[in-house]
Amino acid sequence: MAGTLVFLEHHEDTIQKGSLGVLAKAVQMGADVAGVVIGSGVRGLAESAGRFGAATVFVADDERLAPPLPQTRVDVLAKLVRDEGFDTVLFAQSVLAADVAAGLAARLDAGLNWDLVDLSTDAVGKRPALADSVVVDVGWSSDVKLAVFRSGTFDANETGGTAEVKDAAVELEDFSTQAEMVEQAHAEQQGPSIEDAEVIVAGGRGLGEPEKFALAEELAQALGGAVAATRAVVDAGWYPYSAQVGQTGKTVSPKLYVALGISGAIQHKVGMQGSNVIVAINKDPNAPIFEFSDLGVVGDLHAIVPKLIELVRARKS
Amino acid sequence: MKIAVCVKAVPDAAAGRRIDPSTKRIDRSVELAISDFDTYAVEEALRLKEAGGDGEVVVVSMGPEKAMDALRKALAMGADRAVLITDPGLEGADLLGTARALAVAIERESADLVLFGQQSADGGGACLWSAVAERLRRPVISQVSELTNDGASVIGKRQTEFGYDTIRAPLPAVIAVSDAINTPRYPSLKGIMGAKKKPQDTLSAADVGGAAAAGTTVIALNPPPARGEARKIEDDGNAAEQIVEFLTEKRLV
Ligand SMILES: Cc1cc2nc3c(=O)[nH]c(=O)nc-3n(C[C@H](O)[C@H](O)[C@H](O)COP(=O)(O)OP(=O)(O)OC[C@H]3O[C@@H](n4cnc5c(N)ncnc54)[C@H](O)[C@@H]3O)c2cc1C
Ligand SMILES: Nc1ncnc2c1ncn2[C@@H]1O[C@H](COP(=O)(O)O)[C@@H](O)[C@H]1O
Repeated sequence: MAGTLVFLEHHEDTIQKGSLGVLAKAVQMGADVAGVVIGSGVRGLAESAGRFGAATVFVADDERLAPPLPQTRVDVLAKLVRDEGFDTVLFAQSVLAADVAAGLAARLDAGLNWDLVDLSTDAVGKRPALADSVVVDVGWSSDVKLAVFRSGTFDANETGGTAEVKDAAVELEDFSTQAEMVEQAHAEQQGPSIEDAEVIVAGGRGLGEPEKFALAEELAQALGGAVAATRAVVDAGWYPYSAQVGQTGKTVSPKLYVALGISGAIQHKVGMQGSNVIVAINKDPNAPIFEFSDLGVVGDLHAIVPKLIELVRARKS
Repeated sequence: MKIAVCVKAVPDAAAGRRIDPSTKRIDRSVELAISDFDTYAVEEALRLKEAGGDGEVVVVSMGPEKAMDALRKALAMGADRAVLITDPGLEGADLLGTARALAVAIERESADLVLFGQQSADGGGACLWSAVAERLRRPVISQVSELTNDGASVIGKRQTEFGYDTIRAPLPAVIAVSDAINTPRYPSLKGIMGAKKKPQDTLSAADVGGAAAAGTTVIALNPPPARGEARKIEDDGNAAEQIVEFLTEKRLV
């Protein structure tokens, strides 16, 4: 029996929108689609996936699966794929999903295509590559096909159906249980909201030091906007996590996004590409951010931004 | 502690990164440089070695022969040795082939710790470590922005979509570090001079168990979707004025 299996990632009591979007895409392609929910105490979640189009949902419910770590999930998926004969396994991009997909690829000798923004019924995937400067049509030469879709590619579709819930066997390898979750700290959501801001000034490592975020703040204030940041500076403690834009941060779509000293990595881009107008200042003419800026300025932000703040203030007064 | 660091030689950004339409592979005929993201892994390995007082840092890579020139940067930073898996038979290897070859090379080194960067600057899969860990049957922690080591296990802190995880793994383990973990050192002049004399070994496809069949194919290349008129200017002293002009035109100020 061939068919498509969608990895339904959950956090606490909800299945992630991204996974439900991939599920909707699979259902729309008309494939024979099942979902799989892996965790502890997740039977109810598995049932809920029926409302989003899954005819069958496998559930692997086991205490050892409670921490969201990849290797135990590879064990569950590999067995499920072999036992049920799935020929396609689809994932929505996430920190966890990428690790699960690559581990599964190695376990099953299955080809993995990542960062897809589309997939056709004849199994051709679309992958923007090299800072999105080219779109590659990719395929598979393996029996089992694995794909990870770029964040935010598909919307979930609530069809209101019910799923048949089936148990998936849980047999874990020794090495898969060696990594151990010591602590999961939830993201603090206080701080200014950037999702509603019409203007965002975002700072990256090019600011040089945490104190230089003052430049981003002053420019944001002059333009009447909010301040955002990249993961590199958030992880380095320069700015709070609540202001992070990108795959593991927020998704924003302001009228204006000003990027100061940001290279424009794909994981940052997915969080801000919906902005109406993008202005980037970066001293490296080859920075990927210039591939998707409406105005790209090659130069030293420390020379440009103070003057820019003055000029904007002068215009506004 | 013996640490293996997986680094990739990628087309230098200044030389341009493109896919060769005839081979449908990344054009590696241009100058290659060690992927920036991997210098953080090299730096972290050097710091672990320095903190421990002894040990060895081996950089392991798969790529064309001339990738060795790029690996020399890691040696100049302070790595002790370089191992390059290079063989025409391995050209065009995808995740499966690369993971298999690297895993065999790493196994031969019996490293206590295997470090990866956060993503390759050209392929950008940001997942190879997981395939390598699977083949090595070792625990893996990815996206690590803070790493501590007590000699028997490592603890990594990392950001996910939901906040911060702290994960412990016993050694030997596989760790992928994020670019927030440290600030990579610049090679010193002495380091650069000494790099050439450090051991630089190559392995062939046969040494790593032969070429693995690829699981993926590249079918066609298409231009990116058209986007609105984009402007790129170089600051000649009045970039601020030009930005304000642009914002005025767009009615944003
Ligand atoms: C699974 C995963 C999830 C991720 N999630 C996110 C996410 O949610 N958000 C996110 O942002 N990133 C995310 N990342 C990280 C992302 O890949 C990049 O590493 C990160 O965005 C880089 O941040 P940066 O642009 O600030 O730093 P860098 O890449 O270091 O860029 C700094 C830039 O500043 C420029 N610069 C330096 N000095 C100056 C100067 N004086 N004037 C002008 N320009 C200057 C440099 O040329 C450079 O281009 C994720 C990565 C992975 C693997
Ligand atoms: N050809 C290669 N040789 C050695 N290491 C590699 C190679 N390709 C990727 N890596 C390592 O794997 C990490 C992730 O790469 P990727 O999954 O291609 O984004 C990189 O940061 C490197 O540490």
